[in-house]
Amino acid sequence: MSGHDASGHLHVSSESKAPYAADVLEKLHVDAAEVIARYPQKRSALLPLLHLVQSVDGYVTGRGVSFCAEVLDLTEAEVSGVATFYTQYKRHPNGDYTVGVCTNTLCAVMGGDLIFDRLSEHLGIGHDETTEDGRITLERVECNAACDYAPVVMANWEFFDNQTPESTIGLVEDLRAGKDVAPTRGAAKVCTFKEVSRVLAGFEDGRADEGVGAGPASLLGLKIANERGWTAPGAQADGKDAK
Amino acid sequence: MTDTLTPILTKFWDDPQSWTLATYERHDGYKALTKALEMEPQAIIDAVKDSSIRGRGGAGFPTGMKWSFMSPPDGGPRYLVVNADESEPGTCKDVPLMMANPHALIEGVIIASYAIGCEHAFIYLRGEVVHVYRRLLRAVEEARAAGHLGTNVGGKGVTVDITVHAGAGAYICGEETALLDSLEGRRGQPRLKPPFPGAAGLYARPTSVNNVESIASVPGIILEGSDWFKGMGTEKSTGFGIFSLSGHVTNPGQFEAPLGITMRELIELAGGMRGGRKLKFWTPGGSSTPIFTEEHLDVPLDFDSVAAAGSMLGTRALQVFDETVSVVRAVARWTDFYAHESCGKCTPCREGTWWLRQIMNRIEAGQGTQDDIDKLVDICDNILGRSFCALGDAATSPITSAVQYFREEFEAGMHTPAHELFPPEKSVLFTVQTPVQTKESSGMVSA
Repeated sequence: MSGHDASGHLHVSSESKAPYAADVLEKLHVDAAEVIARYPQKRSALLPLLHLVQSVDGYVTGRGVSFCAEVLDLTEAEVSGVATFYTQYKRHPNGDYTVGVCTNTLCAVMGGDLIFDRLSEHLGIGHDETTEDGRITLERVECNAACDYAPVVMANWEFFDNQTPESTIGLVEDLRAGKDVAPTRGAAKVCTFKEVSRVLAGFEDGRADEGVGAGPASLLGLKIANERGWTAPGAQADGKDAK
Repeated sequence: MTDTLTPILTKFWDDPQSWTLATYERHDGYKALTKALEMEPQAIIDAVKDSSIRGRGGAGFPTGMKWSFMSPPDGGPRYLVVNADESEPGTCKDVPLMMANPHALIEGVIIASYAIGCEHAFIYLRGEVVHVYRRLLRAVEEARAAGHLGTNVGGKGVTVDITVHAGAGAYICGEETALLDSLEGRRGQPRLKPPFPGAAGLYARPTSVNNVESIASVPGIILEGSDWFKGMGTEKSTGFGIFSLSGHVTNPGQFEAPLGITMRELIELAGGMRGGRKLKFWTPGGSSTPIFTEEHLDVPLDFDSVAAAGSMLGTRALQVFDETVSVVRAVARWTDFYAHESCGKCTPCREGTWWLRQIMNRIEAGQGTQDDIDKLVDICDNILGRSFCALGDAATSPITSAVQYFREEFEAGMHTPAHELFPPEKSVLFTVQTPVQTKESSGMVSA
């Protein structure tokens, strides 16, 4: 893969330095101004701007680094230094869907290791590699704060709970076939990497009201409390009657 | 005597649209804000201090005291930054809270901001939970439209606004000063303390960095009073918290309970151990807290009792592992995690976690050497207390505690691979249909 090497440094290909088309650049400037306006000091806009670059280019390109440096009055080295620090910034073209299997201890033990191995074998790619059709980038991810739903798989940072090797293979095949796939807890469908990157830059996509509020594991304690009539002190009078 | 479980923040998570302003208002939402705006800011700080609430992000520092330690107003900006970078392995309370009930956090942020004199608050959310980000952005938008944010909050001329900021994948940003550097658009590396954030935090201005659950608990304290809060929990660990049970219990899940509940009670509520198997080890507060075993089932899960028993309450991230699990494999994987997430700033952590990883991986593969256990303990001793921030210390916790309770498994790692002693397919939650891969194919890839 030309975009990175084992040292982890950002080596951008020359094509990723090709200038943006005028209309793309103009839109980027409009969006960047909106992002910068959210902060008292403009350097704070760097993380969202790198997400914004990924929403246009699909990864952190050379021209994206130059753009961020220009609008924030930073050097390209300063921007690259930040871009290489965070795992969500991709150093080479990413697939349309990042499928991340949690292989931190708890998920790994509950089945995450097996899911990753089966998926890797099925797709013919390893960690941080992309299928030839450009659809799926496979990753091992660290704990994603959903341990009560282990083993957990993330597709473009949406939750797929209680997974098995078979369910995850089904998930990637549906994504590759272009079908709409609904996460267990999240939007009505998994958006593309570029679309999600735009949300992470702070631009709403109107999907906040989609999906559930909580899954069954999140509700377990509440369910038991309701069954047994357990409440917080002074809570008997309010709350439940309002439902 | 309070009930075993006390749903407060989780009380209406089962409402079909639990995250909306309308639902929140049906459950007394923003009444605490109305009450707070009638109070002097100092009276709010006093109420929170009087509740004795200790920070819910792991360290357990009293929230009200943190606020009162901020440098006095000098006319310049003061900041509240909410640490929503929930990434500690096993921790899964803030993410479901923000997904199901984001307004509890937003209301808490507004009250806390008014109390400490902050006009622009930040919520730093980890970037890997896009739907939670959507919910927070939407909640801020709804709160603003309702007049709870802006330049005339509640018609009282108070200014508070909130920027919700998405991170980009880095465990270290949960460390409060690394979080501030990251929020300033830099690599997330911890700062030298002092100065503490209360004196020089975000943009070198007085800043309070607080956990999501701490801030979301503030509206209840204001509305119901500090005595109500102190009526739950123990004398030195007051109030309630969300306990997250995961792993080999029959029904993993979230349980909101007074501090001081025991693991025995929680496992029972979770339907016992899966398939009646035996509990082997568990973490009280995430992977950074020394592991516990069956002998600790009756330790009250409050700050002091857990500390007295040799661990930390941390984030109440209770990861349960049964007798099928190799403790060596579990610890080796956590060690991979710390090595991967070490920010590289200080030598003991950067180099130490790398060496710990080499040794743990060879013990897991059954290729440990005679002096590897001593070497592990020695390296841990050189990291603990000598690294720049708590990440290095955390990396040593699972290793030293596992050696303490399960030394024989580390010794077995000098001749027998962990996957032979504890076949991994026995630990998984689904039926394995193909032969299990060995460690070689599931080893962590360097990133």
